[in-house]
Amino acid sequence: MSLYHVQKLIYQLNRDPLVRRQYEENFDALLAGFELTPEERAAIREPDIGLLYVMGVNGQLLMHYAALRGYEWDAYIEAMRAGERRYGPVRTGLYKRAGSGS
Amino acid sequence: MSLVFAGALSHAPGITGRAGRADPTLRDAFYASLGRMREALEAARPDTLVVIAAEHFANFFMNNMPSLCVGMAEAYEGPIEDEAWLNIKRTRVPGAAELSQRLITEMMRDVDLAYAQEWKFDHGIMVPLHFLTPRYDLPIIPVNINCQGPPLIPLERCWTFGRALRRACERAPERIAVVSTGGISHWPATPDSGKINERWDRAFLQEFLDNRREALLAHTDEDTYREAGQGGFEIRTFIALAGLTEGSKGQLWFYAPIPIFAVGCTVAVVDIAPLPAPPAARP
Repeated sequence: MSLYHVQKLIYQLNRDPLVRRQYEENFDALLAGFELTPEERAAIREPDIGLLYVMGVNGQLLMHYAALRGYEWDAYIEAMRAGERRYGPVRTGLYKRAGSGS
Repeated sequence: MSLVFAGALSHAPGITGRAGRADPTLRDAFYASLGRMREALEAARPDTLVVIAAEHFANFFMNNMPSLCVGMAEAYEGPIEDEAWLNIKRTRVPGAAELSQRLITEMMRDVDLAYAQEWKFDHGIMVPLHFLTPRYDLPIIPVNINCQGPPLIPLERCWTFGRALRRACERAPERIAVVSTGGISHWPATPDSGKINERWDRAFLQEFLDNRREALLAHTDEDTYREAGQGGFEIRTFIALAGLTEGSKGQLWFYAPIPIFAVGCTVAVVDIAPLPAPPAARP
């Protein structure tokens, strides 16, 4: 798992117009710049919003990527629910744990 | 005194982005209360508005995550999100770089801060500004408390930050307003979006309004996560404001869960009490 890199890619895509242009012009080249497993690369590329959620991508990042890929709000919420049904509970990240320890 | 206004309000993106899907009676009452807050802010005649916010991976990421960061730019831009998604048009927001530098320098005596001369506002600041300074003509100093990517700053240090900001404000000749903006219980952008723990919210808000330091700082992230979701970590913004207004009582102008906004929508203001005088020096 390289959740950090999955989230970093989405973070940059959400905030940087140049990265978004690269996404539009050559998505594979953009993806090649990040350390992703084949499963992660496929989930981002497809996109499989439900799997990205189960992988642990923070919703504050994921909801914008989902919107970029054409998901309306209700479809985004449903995609996460479908992801849990298909792939099981969230594997890592904020939504798996029971607090930050402070 | 140079702290002329203090308040707290919600910032969820649905407040503007999904406005048409909310119960119109509740929504309009909430908007009216935000309008009342704008009027109160304007009546305080501030030179600058400090916004204590909890941004959502717009500027800060886990490659270099500050617990506390203060903007020090001449101007900012927002929203970083898609304009149609948030239903707020992208605009330039004036900053107050010189005042910001003075405040930061003063606060650094008490707290470790990062500062930023580049900052793109996300909904966490743009939604409050949309209602409070709709002409975007009041200089803004943004503050971010990392409430998103653990490890998170302990609550006590948020209080300490608020106190440090108050001391810095008192030493500045400008008239400074401060608002904090965060959710209470909420599970934003997850399958549980729309879930709100009203009982927990009201209990927390009472502690905030009463400025009960011990009760506010007794919350643990484990309890907050269980009762109030990961969005509940944003209580740090309320606690910073409580530290800023230590010894003052607040008024709750509006609270109602609005599920499509994914948060218990809140408007609160603080009646700012003067700081206690320092003990007299011995002759």
